[in-house]
Amino acid sequence: MSVRRLAQNQPASFAFKPATLKAVQGWMGNFPAGRQQSAVIATLWLVQKQEGWVSEPAIRAVAELLGMPVIRVLEIATFYTMFMLEPVGEVALVQVCGTTPCQTRGAEGLLAVCQRKFGPSNHRSADGKFYWQEVECMGACANAPMAAINDYYYEDLTPESFEKLLDDFAAGKKPKPGSAIGRQGSAPEGAPITLTDAKLYDGSLAKKIKIPNLPEKPSKTKAPA
Amino acid sequence: MVGILADKDRIFLNIYGRHDWGLEGAKARGCWNGTKDILAQTPDWICDQIKASGLRGRGGAGFATGLKWTFMPKQESERPHYLLVNADESEPGACKDRDILRNDPHLLIEGCLIACRAMRAHTAYIYIRGEYVFERERMTAAIKQAYDAKLIGKGNVHGWDCDVRLAHGGGAYICGDETALMESFEGKKGQPRLKPPFPAGAGIYGCPTTVNNVETIAVVGTILRRGAGWFAQFGTEKSTGTKLFAGSGHLNKPCVVEDAVGISVKQLIEDHFGGVRGGWSNLKAVIPGGISVRMIPADQCEDAIMTYEDLQARGSGLGTGTMIVFDKDADLVKAIARASYFYKHESCGQCTPCREGTGWMWRVMERMVTGEAEMSEIDLLLDVASQVEGHTICGLGDAAAWPIQGLFRHFRHEVEDRITQYRAGKPHVQGHTLQAAE
Repeated sequence: MSVRRLAQNQPASFAFKPATLKAVQGWMGNFPAGRQQSAVIATLWLVQKQEGWVSEPAIRAVAELLGMPVIRVLEIATFYTMFMLEPVGEVALVQVCGTTPCQTRGAEGLLAVCQRKFGPSNHRSADGKFYWQEVECMGACANAPMAAINDYYYEDLTPESFEKLLDDFAAGKKPKPGSAIGRQGSAPEGAPITLTDAKLYDGSLAKKIKIPNLPEKPSKTKAPA
Repeated sequence: MVGILADKDRIFLNIYGRHDWGLEGAKARGCWNGTKDILAQTPDWICDQIKASGLRGRGGAGFATGLKWTFMPKQESERPHYLLVNADESEPGACKDRDILRNDPHLLIEGCLIACRAMRAHTAYIYIRGEYVFERERMTAAIKQAYDAKLIGKGNVHGWDCDVRLAHGGGAYICGDETALMESFEGKKGQPRLKPPFPAGAGIYGCPTTVNNVETIAVVGTILRRGAGWFAQFGTEKSTGTKLFAGSGHLNKPCVVEDAVGISVKQLIEDHFGGVRGGWSNLKAVIPGGISVRMIPADQCEDAIMTYEDLQARGSGLGTGTMIVFDKDADLVKAIARASYFYKHESCGQCTPCREGTGWMWRVMERMVTGEAEMSEIDLLLDVASQVEGHTICGLGDAAAWPIQGLFRHFRHEVEDRITQYRAGKPHVQGHTLQAAE
């Protein structure tokens, strides 16, 4: 478990922007009537997208919107570690994965870069532009080590390429997410060694087929609605 | 041929995203082909076919998928049935579902539709972990394509009304447990529920629910298109089919790849992952199924094969089929200590043995890394691990204990050496032996 508390300094109020509210309503529509509580994680995430973090007034506003007791929303905000409970960097939130697969491929070097550039983790940098933290497995282990910067994954990093990436962010650029060494997705480095058969992609698989093993007398009953 | 599976027998044809992920591209690769004929069959036929294929859940537990589907009530009632797809991939080492979500989303959507028919459900939810922002955007777009083409939804061309919708996760490993997933889905903390009641009786909103892994659902369409016998010909009697494997750690070319279950650990590493850094002889240990299974040492990797039963017999497990490889330079104690920190961080705090035990085990492991522990603490640690294992509601307690047990089963001497070294005034710090501080 991790102990997570709300920030000491809280804004006076929170208001949903129209775009956020529209997106929230989209999520609420995914669930049956009366079950809008299911949208609470998505709503808090949208709040975080709007404000950069989740504040106490925002938690109250979400509770009111979804018809939930405030304590239940507070529970969610503190339980799920992807919710930032204090203001993050103006330019970027840098989350470096430090779990074993990334660790074995050099994540500690990336952590050291952040430490040197931005100071201690889980704090804003002195200029307020960055906020960095070490996070648990992000699910991109075949492209380790990696960091998520403002939601998107930057993979196959080295301390050098990572530092350059952070400098690009600091300079106001928007580097393209993905592999730093040009791999396509999670494909092995270099020329492809599987999925090279051109017949797979010539459309022949879309030709009409007969489903095997059908019952002797195809059932004529249509699927009940 | 690389590996033991020919390209023509692969299910995920766009796993690297080299081709169009969208509906047109997916159709050209055979997705949505013959789906209507499949859906015209009875749920029993679909379940029987999946049973005959031998498909087992790809999320780690390896339960027979066809059998699981038959646990759902045979009659629809006022309580609707739900399919809940577990896309909360966060096991260290596992990164395979992500590639399905972002590059082959239509296979998953088609699988949802077929699985819903098999369990008489009209709604499938895909619970996708919060950090997978790009993957969620991609899935949202793919689902919209499927709705626009009337492949899913009310009055779709397949004759079985079925909605496929997304649910948003919050980045908690614990939500990979099916009952925690359901709690989280309902907008609560992800704390696992006691079973029974089992999800097929009372799952989300108290309605019959089946939770399946992304890969399990995504392969269903192709299995039925090509026949249960086609799928069952790969692998062994109890571990059939093809599967996505992933490699990370000290490999020359880590990647995700689909191959037949039953490929040997050595061939998988040598053929697909470019070999161990420094050559095969430089291998020290492999964690074959995501961090929560026990490691196997190099000498066993010579003849180990990637099946449920072989790895289980070695005290490990196939898990998610995503391996972490360590070469001889690796500090295994540190790697497992980091895993212990992960479990401490991800414990939901509901059961005392796990909440207290994971933190305790991590602190002791950290001292083992430097050698600062007592020799007697090794047995104490193993004793505590065995008291956490099997004494919690969900499997996270077990998963926290297993990596530690695996380490000490095969590499106890390393920890003992380290403790002896520390006592001799040479503590082990960050992989280097330094003089003890004054």
